[in-house]
Amino acid sequence: MGILFEGDNFALFRDGFLQTIELSAVSALLALLLGTVLAAFRVSPVPALRVFGTVWVNTFRNTPLTLLFFAVVFGLPRLDVHFDNFTLAVIALSAYTGSFVCEVLRAGINTVPFGQAEAARSLGMSFGQTLLHVVLPQAARTVLPPMSSIFIALPRNSAIAGAFSVAELYSVQATLSDKGYDILAIFFWVALAYLLVSFTVGGVFRFLESRLAVVR
Amino acid sequence: MSTRTATATVLFDTPGPKARFRYRLFGILSLIAIAGLGWYVWAKLDAAGQFDPQLWDAFQYTAVQQRILDGMLATLKAFALAGVLSIALGALLAAGRLSDHLPVRAVSSAVVQFFRAMPLLIMIFALYHAVFPSKPMPALVLGLTLYNGAVQAEIMRTGILALPRGQGEAAYALGMGKTQVMTLILVPQAVRSMLPAMIGQLVVTLKDTSLGFVITYPELLYAGKLIASNSTGYPYIPVVIVVGTLYIGLCLALTGLAKWLEARGRRGANRRTPAAA
Repeated sequence: MGILFEGDNFALFRDGFLQTIELSAVSALLALLLGTVLAAFRVSPVPALRVFGTVWVNTFRNTPLTLLFFAVVFGLPRLDVHFDNFTLAVIALSAYTGSFVCEVLRAGINTVPFGQAEAARSLGMSFGQTLLHVVLPQAARTVLPPMSSIFIALPRNSAIAGAFSVAELYSVQATLSDKGYDILAIFFWVALAYLLVSFTVGGVFRFLESRLAVVR
Repeated sequence: MSTRTATATVLFDTPGPKARFRYRLFGILSLIAIAGLGWYVWAKLDAAGQFDPQLWDAFQYTAVQQRILDGMLATLKAFALAGVLSIALGALLAAGRLSDHLPVRAVSSAVVQFFRAMPLLIMIFALYHAVFPSKPMPALVLGLTLYNGAVQAEIMRTGILALPRGQGEAAYALGMGKTQVMTLILVPQAVRSMLPAMIGQLVVTLKDTSLGFVITYPELLYAGKLIASNSTGYPYIPVVIVVGTLYIGLCLALTGLAKWLEARGRRGANRRTPAAA
């Protein structure tokens, strides 16, 4: 168990941990943005946008994340699009997670009572205003629990980035394993780090739930 | 406007002449934008020579086709094993979490929480190096089983808890034992409502078999990588398109099954869904 404090292992581990957090945080923000836009597309009165949203979501939800990583890491350079590995990982992760966010938001919009949108419309609000000021703020509360499982899954999914040359926790595990340390001892520390991240994210969402809860 | 979905009608009025004109205008604008996006992607692919027949030649060779087929079979094999085992493990853990005995409950809760919080890739890698050196298949299947089993356990547990309390109480009142109540009363009713969620998780299992790529299990994505790196011109993008289509097709077929079962479960007045309970 003491392997973490031998040589420069701790620096390696710390950098990997921070990279995991950075990757997850940036992807989470982008996924939230992308998911909201896609959800708006999917409930909009314009059929072309609805179809576009549906096709996009079904494509990315049904593609394995590993394949998405494979596509951006090996595919984009062939199109003369060059980013560093971190940016590529962010693209893959947020495109994947964004489609899940969209589905959760859409389900949340469906749970907002009819009267709310009707009242907003009878006040003369447009589709955009109704969605932005009335429906989405209420939907956001009901979607917190499913949203929390998406954002707990995100740091876990970010481990795949390690297999595509981003120096985060998985690649720390692989590097230390290559150095010949006992895999179970490495696993212990890496597992601990991920449990910490999961419980923190879960805690934040529980706090948000208790703060934002409304009596219906 | 009878074709509108429930969502749509909540959010906007049945459009009048002005709104219809506006929607049509937006529709045309967004069509142009989408077409522009599509054209840009197409032009970019074309400019990079990705539609060169030479790049796609590889898919005509029987060796390559055989490799894709083998990859697909390996994917399906890992999926079938992991799917069956994860449902078995899930049932076991769910029974454990619903047990009357505190130690059993505590152990199964801890197991479920732990494996749900671990990244699958980290587990598969550790299993591959610690338990099954140079045998990627059991490492992949065991990793998938542990993670998905934990998730399936939660689906089953919530499915059983979502049943009306009266069902179990009435069965106990008739003098049934705990096992009888579970197997004869609760599980048969809960299965109907949780089947869509369980199949949804099986789709996740299927997608996650692609993690075998990382530990060199010769599944579909790995086969794709071998094809791309061994053919002339390194056809990574054609390979992504072909392999992606195969994965999406497989997943959509499973999702379709889940949707069909869900629609079937809603049929008839006597059927219960968790939401209704």
